[in-house]
Amino acid sequence: MSEKDVFAGSVITTKLKEVMGWGRKNSLWPMPYATACCGIEFMGTVSSYFDISRFGAELVRFSPRQADLLIVLGTINYKQAPILKRIYEQMCEPKWVISAGACASSGGFYNNYSVVQGIDELIPVDVYIPGCPPRPEAILNGVLKIQEKIEKEAKHQKVA
Amino acid sequence: MILEKLQEKFGSEILETSGSLEKSNLVVIIRKDRTHEILKFLKEDASLSFEMLVDLCGVDYLKKSEKPRFEVVYHLYSLIRNHRLRLRVKIPEEDAKLKTATDLWRSADWAERETREMFGIDFEGHANPKKLLLFEGFEGYPLRKDYPMAKRQKIPVPEEKVE
Amino acid sequence: MINIDDTHTSLMHLNIGPAHPATHGALRFYVELDGETIKKAGSEIGYLHRAFEKHCEHSTWSQVIPYTDRLNYCSSMMNNVGYCKAVEELLGITIPERAQYIRVIVSELSRIMDHLICVGTAAVDLGALSNFWYFFNVREEIYDFTEKICGARLTTNYTRIGGVMRDLSPDFDAGIRKVLKSLDKAIRDVTRLLERNRIFMDRTQGVGVISKEDAINWGFTGPCLRATGVAHDLRRAQPYYHYDEFDFEIPIGTMGDAYDRLMIRIEEMRQSSRIIEQALTRLPDGPFIVSDPKIALPPKSEVYRAIEGLMNHFMLLVDGIKPPQGEIYSVTEAANGELGFYIVSDGEARPYRVHCRPPCFPIASAFGKMVEGSMIADAVAILGGLNIVVGELDR
Repeated sequence: MSEKDVFAGSVITTKLKEVMGWGRKNSLWPMPYATACCGIEFMGTVSSYFDISRFGAELVRFSPRQADLLIVLGTINYKQAPILKRIYEQMCEPKWVISAGACASSGGFYNNYSVVQGIDELIPVDVYIPGCPPRPEAILNGVLKIQEKIEKEAKHQKVA
Repeated sequence: MILEKLQEKFGSEILETSGSLEKSNLVVIIRKDRTHEILKFLKEDASLSFEMLVDLCGVDYLKKSEKPRFEVVYHLYSLIRNHRLRLRVKIPEEDAKLKTATDLWRSADWAERETREMFGIDFEGHANPKKLLLFEGFEGYPLRKDYPMAKRQKIPVPEEKVE
Repeated sequence: MINIDDTHTSLMHLNIGPAHPATHGALRFYVELDGETIKKAGSEIGYLHRAFEKHCEHSTWSQVIPYTDRLNYCSSMMNNVGYCKAVEELLGITIPERAQYIRVIVSELSRIMDHLICVGTAAVDLGALSNFWYFFNVREEIYDFTEKICGARLTTNYTRIGGVMRDLSPDFDAGIRKVLKSLDKAIRDVTRLLERNRIFMDRTQGVGVISKEDAINWGFTGPCLRATGVAHDLRRAQPYYHYDEFDFEIPIGTMGDAYDRLMIRIEEMRQSSRIIEQALTRLPDGPFIVSDPKIALPPKSEVYRAIEGLMNHFMLLVDGIKPPQGEIYSVTEAANGELGFYIVSDGEARPYRVHCRPPCFPIASAFGKMVEGSMIADAVAILGGLNIVVGELDR
């Protein structure tokens, strides 16, 4: 018997970067940075109705050192801004950022002296999820978009 | 009955009264000089016994061009007697100071800090007059009528030391 | 020989910062520790200050209602009811009977939703994760119905000045009665897991005790005050919207500790369920909003068919509601305590000053004093039972 017959069906060949991309996207460890109402919708997303662990992102880690996906849920104001920046800097590469909700993406309807008009003034964002608050399906869609992005990064061999 | 008691003891301070106890909208407007005495009387008198200070807030009457400009509003509530009172104290802009009520009710603590940072009214004798809701280094008093709503500030640098 | 008294010790400063799982949002407190015991504690808030009161001065009377949703986002319909009640008292109008009963039903549903989150997350902080899932499933079932009546799950914007936005959906009665049955089952499951649980009792009984006099002096209201033994509930003391006609009990605690606060919330959910059933049975027919053209938008059938309807619609949207000059302080019994709105009007289309009295503001200010002398783990248990929602704390 040749090797092809012995190993048929149990071995696949691929590129190393694609395997790394596949592994990264299916085992995201999110860090929910929940400040306001969007945080409650995120709690709904991780609950059994709209399970986020179907997509691999089950282990929510509240420490930035242990997480690779920062989900900013809720309004960020000027007092909170330095803390968000510090948390982002404490995360290790590779890391991605989702800005969930209208307040995090653009300040929402709070255009005043105290609210940062979008967290992209502070940190680079990968995916924006609109909504006030976004439905859990929208948050899951955002996670899927991050997974697509990770896959593309792996294929085009961009540094994460 | 509350009004008669107040009139007889502090009649010179009362500027205006309105409303009634039965409808839960009794309002007394006073000058600021003997505020602390009046509050102490309202708390300790046996027939009034306002043992809870529900809220304390400030109002800026600049737009209505009224003098004095500011007002500090005390909302008092008596659980035993089940009645409420609103005490409005007129504060002129040139002399925006008032004696603290934290020795009578602990609930005045944070409410006074917030009123101070939003309007600039000083509460003398307050143990910890630091900013409550705004970041250290914020300039201006946001809830005054002449403060623009969408004025941006510089993003603060985090403080190194924890108190 | 080294004597333990000779060792040099100093207090450790620990920052339990705004990005922390157990602080339920953006709340920071800092402690001075001697080993694990807290010697001094203080808290810092303001990490979610969104200038609600300044926005109210720049929006019309009806445009303020979405801002009130986001005050206590766990039970947003109660904030809507609180604000609209204040404006209606300023205008001096009474809303139709059907609208009053609808507001009672949605307020009690919101109270249930708030307590579900509070008890669920408090148990998670102590390590008991399953209760959170059981309670959140009930919350999802209630969301189905809030979506049917107002279109949104969480930030509802349901009430309008003069009534409510839309009538209840036709399947509301039967559907909510089913939801109350699954709520009952969830409460039974959770009480079986928590009420006589050795670990839960050890961690919460005797922890964070506050006396009656201290609680009143600090300005506590709501479940935290009732846990100390004071039988005070605004639905009984100053009833509104026919609350004096409903048959329900007010659970009162004895010790004033964290265990009492959580158990009272669970019992309040059962009582709210009773109120909803009674209100559904007594719900009268009729209009759900006043028909005064200066206050409420006319129904669309009139706007499209009659010229008066079109003119009323136009004038109301361009000019706006204009309450008379004056001021009002109106209270409702929210899930956490006394939610008050102090409104000053100068007769214009925008409020002159709106001040919201959040129920958890005095409770959060007392937190530093409550944890002194206890251990760090106790501080987490105490914080869970207080139900501090930062949206309304910071406004």
